[in-house]
Amino acid sequence: MADSMQHHKALPLAGNSAVPFFTPGVIVIAILAAAGVATLVVRLFLGLGAVTNFNDQYPWGIWIGIDVASGVALAAGGFTMAFIAHVMNNEKYHVLVRPALLTAAIGYTFVGLGVCVDLGRYYNIWHVMMPSMWQGNSALFEVGMCVMIYLTVLYIEFLPIVCERFIGRVNLPGVLGKMNGFLDGLLRVLDKTLARVMTFFIIAGVVLSCAHQSSLGTLMAIAPSKLSPLWHTPVLPLLFLLSAFAVGLAMAIFESVLASRSFKRPIEMHVLSPLARMIPLLLVVYFAAKVIDLVNRDAWPLLFEANFRALMFWIEIGVGVIIPTFLFLSHRLRRNPVWLFSSAAMVVFGVVLNRFNVFVTGYTPPYSEGQYFPAWTEVMLTVGMISLIVLLYRIWVFIFPVLPAEEEVEHA
Amino acid sequence: MVSRRDFFKITGTVAGTAALTAVGAEASAPHPKLDPDRFGVLTDTTLCIGCRRCEWACAEQNDLPHGDLESFGDTSVFDLMRRPDAESYTVVNRYSPPAGTDQPLDVKVQCLHCEHPACVSACIVGALVKSPQGPVIYDAWKCIGCRYCMIACPFQIPAYEYADPLTPRIMKCTMCSERTLAEGRPPACVEMCPPEALVFGRRSELLELAHRRIMENPDRYHPEVIGEHIAGGTSWLMITDRPAAEIDIPELSNESPAVITETIQHGIFKGFTGPLMLFGILGILMKSSSDKRKEKEDENG
Ligand code: SF4
Ligand code: SF4
Ligand code: SF4
Repeated sequence: MADSMQHHKALPLAGNSAVPFFTPGVIVIAILAAAGVATLVVRLFLGLGAVTNFNDQYPWGIWIGIDVASGVALAAGGFTMAFIAHVMNNEKYHVLVRPALLTAAIGYTFVGLGVCVDLGRYYNIWHVMMPSMWQGNSALFEVGMCVMIYLTVLYIEFLPIVCERFIGRVNLPGVLGKMNGFLDGLLRVLDKTLARVMTFFIIAGVVLSCAHQSSLGTLMAIAPSKLSPLWHTPVLPLLFLLSAFAVGLAMAIFESVLASRSFKRPIEMHVLSPLARMIPLLLVVYFAAKVIDLVNRDAWPLLFEANFRALMFWIEIGVGVIIPTFLFLSHRLRRNPVWLFSSAAMVVFGVVLNRFNVFVTGYTPPYSEGQYFPAWTEVMLTVGMISLIVLLYRIWVFIFPVLPAEEEVEHA
Repeated sequence: MVSRRDFFKITGTVAGTAALTAVGAEASAPHPKLDPDRFGVLTDTTLCIGCRRCEWACAEQNDLPHGDLESFGDTSVFDLMRRPDAESYTVVNRYSPPAGTDQPLDVKVQCLHCEHPACVSACIVGALVKSPQGPVIYDAWKCIGCRYCMIACPFQIPAYEYADPLTPRIMKCTMCSERTLAEGRPPACVEMCPPEALVFGRRSELLELAHRRIMENPDRYHPEVIGEHIAGGTSWLMITDRPAAEIDIPELSNESPAVITETIQHGIFKGFTGPLMLFGILGILMKSSSDKRKEKEDENG
C-alpha cells in the first residue's frame, strides 16, 4: 500500500524478531515442497497421464478443484481487506492489509502456476493474451484474463512495500556502489508515483476480483447435465462471489492468527474481533441465496437422499456456513482467540469443500466407468504447492516490512 | 486523497480501454451464421450391420493407430460398451435385438457436430470452431490443453492424449473436414459403409429424408430424429428403433448448454457496463469515505 495510506508501521522480521527462520515445522514443510517439485518434474517429462487419474470422463481433478478454484477463493482476503480498509477508509484494519495482500500475491502466483501444471500445452498460455484468439463467449477466457491482470495489479500494490524496504538502504558493494544514489533516487520517484496512482489500482483490484471470483462459478454452469443439481445452477457465479466475500474475511483472520503464533507475537484480537463481526451477515446472505436457489429449482429433495453427494453438501453447509455463523454471532466467542480461529477455519474449510464439490464431487459425466479418485502423485503436488506458499510467505515477511511492528501490536 | 478530477480521469481511461477490449472480443467471438445448405450426416441405426468398417476407414483417414481391415471383423468388442477415445474418433456399439427379431441394433458413436456447440463456446482460445458448413473443427496449434471443452460437451465426446507430455491433442471426429469442406466429398466412414447406413448431404435434406423414412415405416422406427432438437440441434442426425435413452443418448434439454454461460457472460460483461459501474460506485464510496475521515480529523485536530 502507498505510504500515504499506511499509517501503521510495519517491519521485516529479520533483525527485528527473535524467531529463527528454520524450525522443525518449517523443515517438514520444506521437505513436502521438495516432493511437490519432484512430482512437477515427472509431470513435465512424462505427461499428465503418468501422475494423474484424469481421463476422458473426468478431465479435471483436484488440481483444478483445489489448487486453482480454492486457491482463488482463499486469496479473496486481498480484495476484501482492500475494500474494507481503503475503499471504506477503515483505519483500524490497515494492519491487516499488507499480510492479506502478500497472501493474495503469493496465492495468485500459485494459481497461475497451478493452471500451467494442469495445462497440456502450457507453453501456449500466451495465446490467451492474443487479441486474435480472444474468445469472449468462454467463461474460462474471462477467468484467465482477469486473473492475469489482477496478478499484475497485486504486484503493483506490493511495490511500495519493496520501495519502503530499500529506500535509504540501497547499498550495492564495490563498483556498483556508484549506482547507490541513483537507484535510491529512482526508488523514491517510483514510490511517489505509486502513491499517486494507487487509488486506481486498489479499485481496479476490487473490480477485477469480483469479476473473476464470479466467473469461476460460471465455468461449471456450462455443464448442466454433468454437474449434480445440488450444485449446478445458473446463479453459480453469484454464489461464488458471495462466498468469496465471506471467506476473504475469514482468511484474513485465519492467517493473522497463524502468523502470530508462528512468529511468537501477540494475536491482534483488537482488529480481528471487530472484523469477525461482519462475517455472520455475509454468511447469512450466502446461505439465503443457496437455499432460495435450491427451492427455486426444486432441487432440495436431493438433500434428503442418502448418498455421498448429499452428505458432502450437508457438511459444506453445516460445518462451513451454519455453525460458524452462530459462533461468530457470539460476542464472547469472538473475543476468544481459539474460538475465533476455529470459526474462521470452518468458513475456510466450507468454501474449499464447496469448490471441491462443484469441480470434483458433483461432476457426474454421462458415461462414467467409476468415480474419479485423485492419484497420490496428484495429492503430493497439491500439498507441495501449499507448502511452497507457506515457505514463500515466511521468506517475504522475514525480508519485507509486512507484519506490524511489535510494540504497536502490544500497545494498541 | 482522490480529487474529483483524478477520479474522472481514471474512470475515463478505464472506460476507453474496456470499450476497446469489448470490441475486440466481440469481433473475434465465433458466432458464425450457419449456412442454410450446411452439411450433415444421417445415421440409420436400423441399417447398420456392425461390420465396423467405418471404424477402420476413419482410422485410415485420420492417421490413427489401427490394425488391418480384417481385424475390425472381430465382434468380441461388442461385449463392452465402448466410447470414442484418443485413438479412435468413432466406435460401433451393439444393443439387444428389438422384440421378436434376432437382428441386433448397432449404433455408431462419434461427435454430433452440434449446431451451437458447447465445446466451441467453452474453448478459451477459439481452437474449436463451428464451420458455417457444419463440421466442428479443431486447431491443435491454438489449443492450450485446458480440457474445458471436455467438461462442456454434453455428449462427452472430446478425448485427450494424456500420455503425451509435450503436444497432447484434443481428439474427436472432424466430419472429415478436409474431404467434406475442401472437396465436397463424403467422410471416409460414410463412403465405406456397405449397407449405406450412413448418408452424407445437406442437413436440411437429411432431416426430410429421416422424417420420410419414419413416416413410411412407423413400425421400424421410433418417431424421433435424434439431433433435430437435442442440445440445440446437431449436424449429425440419427434415427433408430427405440427411444434415444435406450441407446445411451443422455437426456438433455433442447437448448445448448452454451446458452446458459453465454447469457451470463454477455449479461455481465456486455460493453463492460457491469465492471465499469462497479468501478464508479467504488470510486465514489472511496472518495466520500476519505472526505468523512478528513472532516473527522479536522474536527479532532
Ligand atoms: S458433440 Fe460435443 S464435441 Fe461434438 S460438437 Fe457437440 S459439444 Fe462439441
Ligand atoms: S483443451 Fe484446447 S480445444 Fe479444448 S477448450 Fe482447451 S484450448 Fe480449447
Ligand atoms: S466423419 Fe470422418 S472423422 Fe468422423 S467418424 Fe467419420 S471418418 Fe471419422
